[in-house]
Amino acid sequence: MAESSNGHYKVIGTRPIRHDGIDKVTGRAKYGADYAFPGMLFGKVLRSPHAHAIIKSINVEKALKMPGVKAIVTAADLPEAEDKVEQVGEAAMNPRYLSMNILAHSKALYDGHAIAAVAATSPHIAEEALRLIEVDYEVLPPVMKVDDAMKKNATILLPNLRNKEEGDNPTNVASHLQFKRGDVAAGLKAADFVVEREFNTAMVHQGYIEPHNAVGIYNSDGQATIYCSTQGAFDVRSMCAQVLGVSVGKIKVVPAEIGGGFGGKTTIYLEPLSLMLAKKTGHPVKLVMSRSEVLRASGPTSGSKIKIKMGCTRDGKITGAEVWMAYEAGAFPGSPVGAGAMTILAPYNIDNFQVDGYDVVVNRPKTAAYRAPGATNAAMAAETVIDELAEKCGMDPIDFRIANACKEGTPQIVGPPYKRIGFIETVEAIKNSPHYKSELTGKNRGRGFAAGFWFNAGMQSSATVNIQTDGTASVITGSADIGGSRASMAMITAEVLGMDVTDVRPVVADTDSTGHTDVTGGSRTTFATGMAVYNAAQDVVRQLKERAAKTWEKKPEEVKFEDGKFSAEGEGIKPMNIKELAKRLARTGGPITGRAQVSTGGIGVGPAFAATCVDVEVDPDTGKVQILRCTVAQDAGKAIHPSYVEGQMQGGTAQGIGWALNEEYFYDAKGTLRNSGLLDYRMPTCLDLPMIETAIVEIPNPIHPLGVRGVGEVSIVPPPAAVANAIYRATGVRMTELPMSPPRLLKAMLENRRTHELQAAAAD
Amino acid sequence: MAQKAKTNGKVNGHHAHSHKTRVEATINGENVEFLCEPRQSLLEVLRDVLELTGSKEGCLTGDCGACSVIIDGRTVCSCLMFGVEADGKKITTVEGLANGAKLHPLQQKFLEDASLQCGICTPGFLMSAKALLDRNPNPSEAEIRYALAGNLCRCTGYDKIVHAVLDAAKVMQAGG
Amino acid sequence: MATAIIPSLMRKLTDGRDRVTVSGKNLREAIADLDRQFPGIANELIEDGDIRASIAVSIDGEVGANGVLDTIRESSEIHFMPQISGGS
Repeated sequence: MAESSNGHYKVIGTRPIRHDGIDKVTGRAKYGADYAFPGMLFGKVLRSPHAHAIIKSINVEKALKMPGVKAIVTAADLPEAEDKVEQVGEAAMNPRYLSMNILAHSKALYDGHAIAAVAATSPHIAEEALRLIEVDYEVLPPVMKVDDAMKKNATILLPNLRNKEEGDNPTNVASHLQFKRGDVAAGLKAADFVVEREFNTAMVHQGYIEPHNAVGIYNSDGQATIYCSTQGAFDVRSMCAQVLGVSVGKIKVVPAEIGGGFGGKTTIYLEPLSLMLAKKTGHPVKLVMSRSEVLRASGPTSGSKIKIKMGCTRDGKITGAEVWMAYEAGAFPGSPVGAGAMTILAPYNIDNFQVDGYDVVVNRPKTAAYRAPGATNAAMAAETVIDELAEKCGMDPIDFRIANACKEGTPQIVGPPYKRIGFIETVEAIKNSPHYKSELTGKNRGRGFAAGFWFNAGMQSSATVNIQTDGTASVITGSADIGGSRASMAMITAEVLGMDVTDVRPVVADTDSTGHTDVTGGSRTTFATGMAVYNAAQDVVRQLKERAAKTWEKKPEEVKFEDGKFSAEGEGIKPMNIKELAKRLARTGGPITGRAQVSTGGIGVGPAFAATCVDVEVDPDTGKVQILRCTVAQDAGKAIHPSYVEGQMQGGTAQGIGWALNEEYFYDAKGTLRNSGLLDYRMPTCLDLPMIETAIVEIPNPIHPLGVRGVGEVSIVPPPAAVANAIYRATGVRMTELPMSPPRLLKAMLENRRTHELQAAAAD
Repeated sequence: MAQKAKTNGKVNGHHAHSHKTRVEATINGENVEFLCEPRQSLLEVLRDVLELTGSKEGCLTGDCGACSVIIDGRTVCSCLMFGVEADGKKITTVEGLANGAKLHPLQQKFLEDASLQCGICTPGFLMSAKALLDRNPNPSEAEIRYALAGNLCRCTGYDKIVHAVLDAAKVMQAGG
Repeated sequence: MATAIIPSLMRKLTDGRDRVTVSGKNLREAIADLDRQFPGIANELIEDGDIRASIAVSIDGEVGANGVLDTIRESSEIHFMPQISGGS
């Protein structure tokens, strides 16, 4: 076992091999699509080829007659859903819209919208059967951009959608929010330099390598089981119950291993379909999305339009900021524009600002959470404008951040002041990094810096720690493990109990076997589930002290627990470790189970900052950008398993770079997605990236027993802006569109060159 | 002619039963015999017919590499090959990488270097990396990145994967 | 007395004021008091007897977990914010 990274912990801060590792490198681990059951059928989904259409009729007769086809379901098989906003999982959503997304009711609202689902004896037969389903569509004009959706007299997607400001007029604007402080007009007037820019960012997908899957089993007594790859088994359960009109207790969800989520697997698509088909056929039914379906029909994150105006004094103090942002919600309301509005200015102490955000429906798939949802779009706008202001002031970009930095006590955008945070320490970690200190030489090369913020959530988690008869332990939580979190749970348990981490077995349990646990997402797992595990382990220690006391005929208060050993003052009392004490459990009261549940509040329980520095080289003839070097710093509070914290930082950075340079949804004029495959939805490969250097900053979170802050998300926020700032220094061009793909960058560079040539000619 | 059309097994123009073909291949050193439909890919055969679910489906178009297997020393996307084409071939999947209970140095280094987060791409990477090290025992970082460019990972940013391959190469060169 | 910070789009219901003094030992009482001073504003914040699902409430910098039963102290600051979801 490696050396601990800091003095007083024995396990926390080391880098043990994860407990599920061997299963994953040998192919033994079972992901959702790996499950098979006797008599299992295969399901496939018929999807709308139209971006916007009225569904006049659906005829499944011919398809049902096909040999091998056992059942077909449509929205007619779903109960009527309530039209209101409800708390389901960590998000607020409208059950009616959720139901409409599972199977289209009266309208198809995006290319790929689910219309019907078929169960058959082979996936090939199910697919062939789809072609026999007859759907009568009345095609309507598609609305693909926020500009078009917000126009007066725009084609309306949802006839019943209203917002407060437009009263009873049908609209595509689901909501408007605003954050205001001070007097922004006066603030901008007081500025020596003002920069105003408009940004357009394209819709992008989380890009998990594992497509969505679900196996549904329905028993005749109404008890159902779903095996699926999900970030939140309890949310799958409550959302399926909601959509199917049954009580939560009738559904058990078993979380399979999950092949990536990034927020995209915190909602449901196939799960209710698997149960509906299982109920109709009396057989288990497996559904798996193809890659094309994943891109067409599972939630990407919003494209956006952001207009920003910011001013500062000549010595680099921001005096005012004005932001207008409109985010694509997809076919139903619920873009992350709120988070975008709350994060865009979050790292800075600004007295005068106004941020207006609009949630806009368009004929695209319903957006789902994607790693710090809303924040990356916002940072692209703010962090490049700040870079421009810093340049005008002649200041180093990091010094400009420090001059305006938030610290403990600075009011947040929505008011309550920050507790102890590490923004300054994080940007300084870049400033002091070997990368930033090194010189970048060579033509067409540039260095860019950007910072980012994410709230990090808390919410509910449960944990149980059992002591086995041999003194080893199992720790049971409901947190799906997408990045190595079960190892951290074992490490926290081992630390508290003074054991080797190999003596602790972490279990990710199903919804029947553990208490309610919110999603693995929102950077909350090590924070909240870790807190529950810590408390459950402490509960075990308390109970073990009672047992030791009994054995020694002492009072529990007289028993000490230190360095993994129980001891007490007295003649002939020898200290015992847990393994020795475990032998006495049967005679002192029976087995020991420690339990804890936490409800840690919603967002902002451990705000975290990231900062990224990137060096690029731009090919002047093609506009292709090569990442030469990259360093990311992030405040983790306390890194339980440093390798997995580094992994989160590197993974988020890679996604941010893909977002910056190549990833985008390409729809044609009809609203059909033209790049629904991984060749043309271009994510970074091994060859596109260098090693990603990391600097973990540890400013302990004051409200967590171990100081933990969430680490999963914030690293995705700065890269697009950092890359844009680097491209500026390499080429002289300020990009305001994402992605900064070769054709776009080349066009901008050529225009820039032409402008300079004309200016030079005019000057002669 | 009309008589023949009626008896060719089609219903509504679609085959009710596809004819299955018998295939013989060597998979992970074992002689294997299976039946499959001509339209089933090798990936589908491995996963659904032979129950070797270690190879994963990520895209079905050969772009992500999650289904990578080794055939005659080359990395192949099993989603781009038909099951019937495996006849007479020697195939290695992730299930055949370890030597009994002893992990291959690549598997060991992936674990020690924390080179997997969700793990779905790991079998594919292990296959591509093994094929690389078997033909180039001492690759540079650039050569590793080139060889692995056909395997997509969305979780790690590839940094720790490349380190693991470099570390495994060192172990294998030292005779481990 | 506790202070309720009013979101900017609701300020038209509070005569443009961004800070309003409220009394009460929990959020339910504080919102009731707010509504007494500015009738109609409770409707923006409460639905079915509890805080609207689309709103999160922070009291003294902590987002509570007890809805309208979250306790208020003498000098508490209450902020109303949009509900945010996470990814990762």
